[in-house]
Amino acid sequence: MQSAATQLNPQNAFKERLYQCGAYPLRADGIDILQMNITRRCNMACKHCHVQAGPERTEMMSRETMMHCIHAAGSQGISTIDITGGAPEMHPDLEWLLGELVVLKKRLIVRSNLSVMLEPAYRQFIEIFAAHGVELVGSLPDYNAVRSDRQRGTGAFEQIIQAIGELNKRSFGLPESGLALHLVHNPAGAYLPGSQCALEAEYRRVLRDMYGLHFNTLFCLVNSPIGRYREFLKRSGNLSDYMRTLQCTFNPKTVNSIMCRTTLSVGWDGRLYDCDFNQMLELVVNSGGPDHIKDFNFSRLADREIVIQNHCFACTAGAGSSCQGSLTE
Amino acid sequence: MGENYYQCRDLEDFANIGEFAPESGSKFFEYYNTATSAGKLTEREKALIALTVAAVRHCPYCIDAYTNKCLSLGVSNDEMMEAVHVGAAMVAGDTLAHATQMRRIIKKKEM
Repeated sequence: MQSAATQLNPQNAFKERLYQCGAYPLRADGIDILQMNITRRCNMACKHCHVQAGPERTEMMSRETMMHCIHAAGSQGISTIDITGGAPEMHPDLEWLLGELVVLKKRLIVRSNLSVMLEPAYRQFIEIFAAHGVELVGSLPDYNAVRSDRQRGTGAFEQIIQAIGELNKRSFGLPESGLALHLVHNPAGAYLPGSQCALEAEYRRVLRDMYGLHFNTLFCLVNSPIGRYREFLKRSGNLSDYMRTLQCTFNPKTVNSIMCRTTLSVGWDGRLYDCDFNQMLELVVNSGGPDHIKDFNFSRLADREIVIQNHCFACTAGAGSSCQGSLTE
Repeated sequence: MGENYYQCRDLEDFANIGEFAPESGSKFFEYYNTATSAGKLTEREKALIALTVAAVRHCPYCIDAYTNKCLSLGVSNDEMMEAVHVGAAMVAGDTLAHATQMRRIIKKKEM
């Protein structure tokens, strides 16, 4: 059941909520994760995609910008480099980038739609990821094929199942193999994800019993009301209810660990953002510090004030949501 | 007062039903949360039971809340419908079982 009602979509509702729980202004608490969005090109065009990625997109991070990122990633406070897109595999410099980053001996994550690795041009990435000890985070919106395909396109579920099988053969997702394969669940509709623990148990049971597949952890993500997902909410007449649900389920306990406090997001053109969602809304870091990776300065960005808007409610709803899944479970 | 007895937004007020009787309200929520959380039955199984009871009891608030909860927990549409059919069958059976009393009275009264 939901908690008490709040005001309906005032422009500054999130700011007011932070005020009420003593968390405004929201400030970064270091930079633990450097997230690089290296391309908006993707072999898929999923209905929930906040990046609005697709085969027709041409944005690609230049090698020069990548070199600035590699330099920044070497900063002592940064423990994790998180590469996302689009489909990162479709960037022609991904293999080179991984080779440069692995030298830093940090946690290296690649976010993949998984199906791309079945295409002949990108099959080699299974071996490349294994060789570099890359932690894979793959999108599987639902263990129900119909629901998953409704979001990602007909036949996508079968492809993802096949790709997980290939990755399992190479030991990704197997216990104690040292090669991690995490899956991402996000609702295929205008509702919030349930408990990560309960969903992970169901994913594990269905994937094991029906397909003989394995993975390490399930990350549950709340869909942010931006990009294509926002268009779906508008078209289906759900936008107002969805925003209201996000606001009503605001959980103050999530604010301390909200991902923007420890993440710096780099766009394909090198611009800096507090998170991937702000990046898609073109809300560049706005703290008076550097706003481009070429000018990266750890100490000036490490306690920056975070740029917030009402889409931020998606990260504080219920158990909270981040690129690493729920925040409070 | 609103124009209708049942309003969607009333669901958001559920957390405040302890108003005017806070001690009982608090005890109710403690019980409610224990009863609906995962135990020997999973959260998913309990959500399906709750959805079925909601449909049988014709509670629009609970139907809304537990349809959403079932969706959130990855319960498929056909699983939800199957559960509601259990409720419908129980109601039908319950109705017919009460015909026993009717049949008994008929047999006693008729010549």
